[in-house]
Order: sequence, then C-alpha cells, then structure tokens
Amino acid sequence: MTSSPYPAIAERGYAHPEFLVSTDWVAEHKDDANVRILESNEDPLLYPSGHIPGAFEVDWTRDLNDPIRRDYLDRSAFQALVERLGITPNTRVIFYGDKNNWWATYSLWVFRLFGHTNAAIMDGGRIKWVNEGRPMTKEIPSSAPSSYPVVERDDQTERVMRDEVLNHVRANGQLVDVRSPQEFTGERMHMPDYPNEGALRGGHIPGAKSVPWARAIDPETGEFLPADRLKAIYQEEQGLSPDREVIAYCRIGERSSHTWFVLKHLLGFPQVRNYDGSWTEWGNSVGVPIERP
Amino acid sequence: MPYPARLQEFVDNLALFADQAERVQVLISFAEKFQPVSAEVATKPYLESHRVPGCESEAFVWVTPSEGGGVSLHFDVLNPQGISAMAMAVILKENLDGLSPTEIGTVTEDLVYDVFGRTLSMGKNMGLMGMVRMTKYLAAHANDTP
Repeated sequence: MTSSPYPAIAERGYAHPEFLVSTDWVAEHKDDANVRILESNEDPLLYPSGHIPGAFEVDWTRDLNDPIRRDYLDRSAFQALVERLGITPNTRVIFYGDKNNWWATYSLWVFRLFGHTNAAIMDGGRIKWVNEGRPMTKEIPSSAPSSYPVVERDDQTERVMRDEVLNHVRANGQLVDVRSPQEFTGERMHMPDYPNEGALRGGHIPGAKSVPWARAIDPETGEFLPADRLKAIYQEEQGLSPDREVIAYCRIGERSSHTWFVLKHLLGFPQVRNYDGSWTEWGNSVGVPIERP
Repeated sequence: MPYPARLQEFVDNLALFADQAERVQVLISFAEKFQPVSAEVATKPYLESHRVPGCESEAFVWVTPSEGGGVSLHFDVLNPQGISAMAMAVILKENLDGLSPTEIGTVTEDLVYDVFGRTLSMGKNMGLMGMVRMTKYLAAHANDTP
C-alpha cells in the first residue's frame, strides 16, 4: 500500500477542498444513496478490466462528445446521460480515472458546463486505489433511471472559444500551456514521418506560460500537491495572478481541464477557463499568432 | 490491403465479435498475456530511441533479427494502466513474429481501428498507431550493420 506523504485534504490549504475526496472517503461513502462514483479513462479497456465496486463508467468519446461535430453533448444528451447513471441535481458525483485524473477532471469540467457543481475528484485517481490494494470488480452496476431537468450548456463561464482567446492574447491576458516542454517549443520529437500533434504548426500561443500539467501532481502517489507547493509553481515561479483571468490549453483540452481544476478549485483563482479547441485548433488556424522560441 | 496472413486471420476472427463488450474482454485477455522484453534484449533504463513517440503508456519496441530472414518483436509498457498498449503489443508479437521486415512493412496503422474501433481518443490513437509505426521502422532497420 502506498502511503501519502501529505496531510488530509482539508489541511492542505486548498481554496475549495470540497472538490477533492480521498480514497478513504470513497471507500466509506461509495454506496451512499446521494453519491455516484464515475470512472473516466482514456484507455477504454481499463474500466471493463476492473473498477471500484459500484462505479459507473463515463466514456469521454462515447458519452461526452457530440458524435458528429467537434463539440460536447447537448442538453438533451446530457440529461439522458445523467438519468441513465441515476444522477439527480442533488447527487454528489465523484470522478476518478487513469492518467492521474486527466479524464476525470475533463468529465467534471463537462458536467460543470451543465451546472452540476456538486462534484469532486478522487485524489490520486485509479492508480492510487489500485496501489492501496482496495477492491476492484468487473461487475457493471445498474441503476434505476433518475429524473434530471434539461439544463442549457453554458459555454461562457468555464469554456472559451478561439476568437475570445485571440482577443485575450491581444489584451496581454494570462495563458497557461500545460503541454510538454517539447510541445510548447514546437520541437519535433519523433521519428521521420511521424505526425506532429495533429497540427500544421508547432509552438505556443503568444504570452503563454509553460507549466506541464503533471507538475501539480506528486509522481509517486498521484495526489495533488498541497496548496503552498502549487502556489510556488503557478504564482511565484510563473507569475500567474489570481486577480486576472487565466486561460488554460493543451492539445484537445483534456490536460488543461486538469490545470483548470487546480487553478480554480485548489488555488481558488476566480476566473479560469479551459480552451478545449487548444492546439489542434490554434495550430491549424490560418493567421493566428504563434510564438516559437 | 490485407494484412500478413496470420494477422489478417486474427483481425477477421476479432470482427466476429459483434458485441463490443465481448470484444473488449477478448482484448483484455490479450493484455493479460503481456510479457515485457527479456533482459537479453534490453534492460532499464531503456534507450530513448526505442520509446514509442506520443505514447502516454510509455511503450518501448525492439526488433531483433531471427532465423530465415525474419525478425522478432519485443515490447515493454511502463505504465501499468496502459492495458490497450499491452494488448496491442501481444497482438503484434503473436501475429508478426518471424515475418520479414518487408512483410511487416505492409501493416498499416488502420490496424488500430480494426482492433480497437474508431472511438479512441486522439492521444490513444496516436500512441497505438505509434507502436505500429515504430515496429515497422525498427523492423526495416533490424538487419542494419551497427
């Protein structure tokens, strides 16, 4: 069992600790009637290979994306999804998953677009649960359908589109690029003929600070770092100010949802938005400014 | 273009699983058979030149010459959550081991779609296609003089 070197979540100095729960908390509350545990992974084989007993799966591609357009599900599809999962507006939804919760934070972010704020991330994600030797099952749970009202998706509060990002750049706004340093610089790090991140141009959005998403995580335990260490990275080292809006981006918006979660919930930045168009849009757009060192 | 015979037979058999859940369990069973590269071929820390670019599961590939002009494939997947990468490694090894670099060179990246379907994330697609590309690339150079 991997022990945590950090104090309890409530004692780590986070601005909104209620958005993070421990594996102990999940073990204790996973069967509560008003709690729903959801696993979101990049790897589609993980959930069926074993998951937390009682956990349902939310598949990013199948459940959260529009099947035709590059966009997220619409209000009726979201309603159908949460009702299938037995979720009501009062259900506390706990997300966890692979990749140190990349996809869990992505799913939480999409739920937030529909106003479901009663949600949290399981600190350490799937790998922490597994490493702690906690029970896993292949049994797929079932739920009686719930009732959830139709909610219009809000694309302004937590999400930002390309033209707004362009205005943000022109206004010298704060951006954080959470991709790898090699992606940030536009350096090609692949064998001949290997595709370059799905974009025609490499580099980064002008003015962006490079803070790879994984810096917010303890690589040994997968847990989020305490607030003082996060502040040291984002505020002291990179100079990001909570007094002005920050836009986070990566390649398609999944890694940046992780940093969105860190800045908004753990550090309490009031204005953080995720640019899900990210580099696959920006690096393919005609005429937008690009910076390369 | 059809794949080499053994791989084509595998793809055809997999296609018989119309139920996605059954297909997924078949792929998981392949992942459970995964064996990392032997110490005779490579030991950690592995050379970066064998790392599959863009693969978040941290897959590595080696291709060594074998008898009769064929090659042997070897893999490791450092991320214990990289089940799809492990399944792909087993599928490539079981169905391509012993073939010539020319035969392996005919395998297209469409293999990822034929095995996993078309609903993978962009990153997962890139990683798994990278395994196919890396295997072909190293196979083509397996008999180069060091």
